Amino acid sequence: MELLNKIFVEPFETMYALPDLLLQTLWEGFVSGTLYSLIALGFVLIFKASGVFNFAQGIMVVFAALALVGIHALGVPAYLAVLLTLGVMALLAFTVVRVVLKPLVNQPDIILFMSTIGITFILIAGGQLIFGGEPKAMITTELGLPTGSSDWEVGGGIVIFQHIDIAAAVIAAILIAGLALFFNKTKTGRALRAVADDHQAALSVGISLEHIWVIVWFAAGVVALTAGILWAAKSDVSFALQVVALKALPVLVLGGFTSIPGAIIGGLIIGFGEKIFDLYWGSPILGGGTESWFAFIIALIFLLYRPEGLFGEKLIERI
Amino acid sequence: MFYREAGQFKSTYEADSAKFPIFQDKVFIWIYLAIGFFVIPYFGDEFFLGAIMIPFLVFTLAAIGLNILTGFTGQISLGTGAFMGVGAYACYKMTLAFPEVNILVFILLSGVFSALVGVFFGLPSLRIKGFYLVVTTLAAQFFLEWAFIRIPWLYNYNDSGAIEVPQREAFGVIVTGASASAEVRYLVCLAFVVIMTWFASNLISGRIGRQWMMIRDMDIAAELMGVRPLYAKLSAFAVSSFYCGVAGALMVFLWLGAAEVESFDYNHSFEILFMVILGGLGSLLGCFLGAAVIWILPVIIRDWLPPLVETLTTITITSSTADLVSDIIIGVMIVVFLIMEPHGLARLWAIIKQKLRVWPFPY
Repeated sequence: MELLNKIFVEPFETMYALPDLLLQTLWEGFVSGTLYSLIALGFVLIFKASGVFNFAQGIMVVFAALALVGIHALGVPAYLAVLLTLGVMALLAFTVVRVVLKPLVNQPDIILFMSTIGITFILIAGGQLIFGGEPKAMITTELGLPTGSSDWEVGGGIVIFQHIDIAAAVIAAILIAGLALFFNKTKTGRALRAVADDHQAALSVGISLEHIWVIVWFAAGVVALTAGILWAAKSDVSFALQVVALKALPVLVLGGFTSIPGAIIGGLIIGFGEKIFDLYWGSPILGGGTESWFAFIIALIFLLYRPEGLFGEKLIERI
Repeated sequence: MFYREAGQFKSTYEADSAKFPIFQDKVFIWIYLAIGFFVIPYFGDEFFLGAIMIPFLVFTLAAIGLNILTGFTGQISLGTGAFMGVGAYACYKMTLAFPEVNILVFILLSGVFSALVGVFFGLPSLRIKGFYLVVTTLAAQFFLEWAFIRIPWLYNYNDSGAIEVPQREAFGVIVTGASASAEVRYLVCLAFVVIMTWFASNLISGRIGRQWMMIRDMDIAAELMGVRPLYAKLSAFAVSSFYCGVAGALMVFLWLGAAEVESFDYNHSFEILFMVILGGLGSLLGCFLGAAVIWILPVIIRDWLPPLVETLTTITITSSTADLVSDIIIGVMIVVFLIMEPHGLARLWAIIKQKLRVWPFPY
């Protein structure tokens, strides 16, 4: 009875009694949700265009942020450092496609997936070797990102909005809008969508797969850099981010592997869900720390009912 | 020419489908076993047995478990580390509750607990496959890691949150705890690995193993031919987790001596997946080769690379740098193997054997 009370009554009482806490939690959930969406977006881009489930997306986020901080530490001005980091990501995209993916064309998906785990390992160790393993501060002010916070009084309490969080949400929205425009309005974008729909048909109308793959991996690198900057501005640049990036996987499951709107909505659901659950149910009943698995368990339950995700394409299999 | 099987004729079906149809193979297996059971414990010192051979055997067993799931049934799992943890914690709780019972019994029984947990997290595999399954096994990994920290009953309300292995005997010999000798621990480990490898190889060539492979190769076709996916997939999850659980119990009780949740984190899941990929998906021999390379290569690099670099250049590198170098080498090896030889070291071994058979002729 007490347990039922704890599950069904008390959380809502707390929500009603402290609306500022609820709003604050929702806001935090929204911010981390946008970042999950950004990471998941990188996965979706690559999965759509090449059918590769890129496990290295999480470490690409860390690697991009590390490269940016590392290049800036050499004395390069911040904006130039961003450009140089984009160059690094382009080089990475080119190398991965040329060295790893091209020889593996037509291999089973599981082999390609495992090769990206190999890339993950190389990037983790390589990143530590080049940039050092200790956490670093992101160059937030140098990049012109706002710091500080504003308060908003609600129902006797205050809700704090970090300016960097607001900036993160805006930048994420701009990036997603930009990608949508790129996909729908440019020639390259149409070619990308053609490849995503059907590899062979795309090849037969003269689209170079390799070329497209490099572009897609680079686009995923840009998304990774953005996610890396925004995430690291909230905490630090460290390899612990990589575990956080794994949460993009349940986001993908919720949204469907091939759907960009799905990645965004899935990210927001996970972001809201895990913060609210941990505050109102996880901490009082289970002793806290539920954020590490909540997203995965939600995905697991969701998969049992709708394996293709919210917006994914239903798979029809033939023999 | 090194290897000649001319004149060895099979007159019965049993002889033809034997595990080692060639006489020389049988001889070599017995020689390997003799080396493993007599020569290594006799000549190996504490460090070699405790820090190289025992972990190698433990990881081999875990790799066999993962290979049953990934290599033979085609279901990718990233939850191996957590399933090993289930085995370790189960064994710990059981031996605390019943100290007088033979510890070897509990090590085997802990696999049963792990199998139950594995079946539970394997349930989604009936509806989904491929990458989606990665997510559900990661769910197992993170949820169980959390459980190992947040449920104090599991580590007996220790302040440290770690499990410490008590001293236990089997057949009058001290097997676990600080005073157990490395030789005994090594021999127990080896016995477990040999028996369970033998069991796995029979399981795989039997009816159930063929069902696994049918599911792996094309699940819908297998279903149409009368394989029940529910039964085949869940049995693969059960057997795989059983092996991982036993490996986890062996890891804590015979190798580490004490363990925290870090011993079962997702890095270990990756490490074991690498052993399976590098050794060869769907090969038991590959598990041994993969575990040997992934476990022993970093040890060698850590010991040899810093002095080597120091003598050649003026740069001094620390052992942590050497670890990173070995990580990069392993990552590169994974990619190279997937490109050049997707069947791993086991296939290389088979090619070498074939070359030795026909030498000096090309074929």
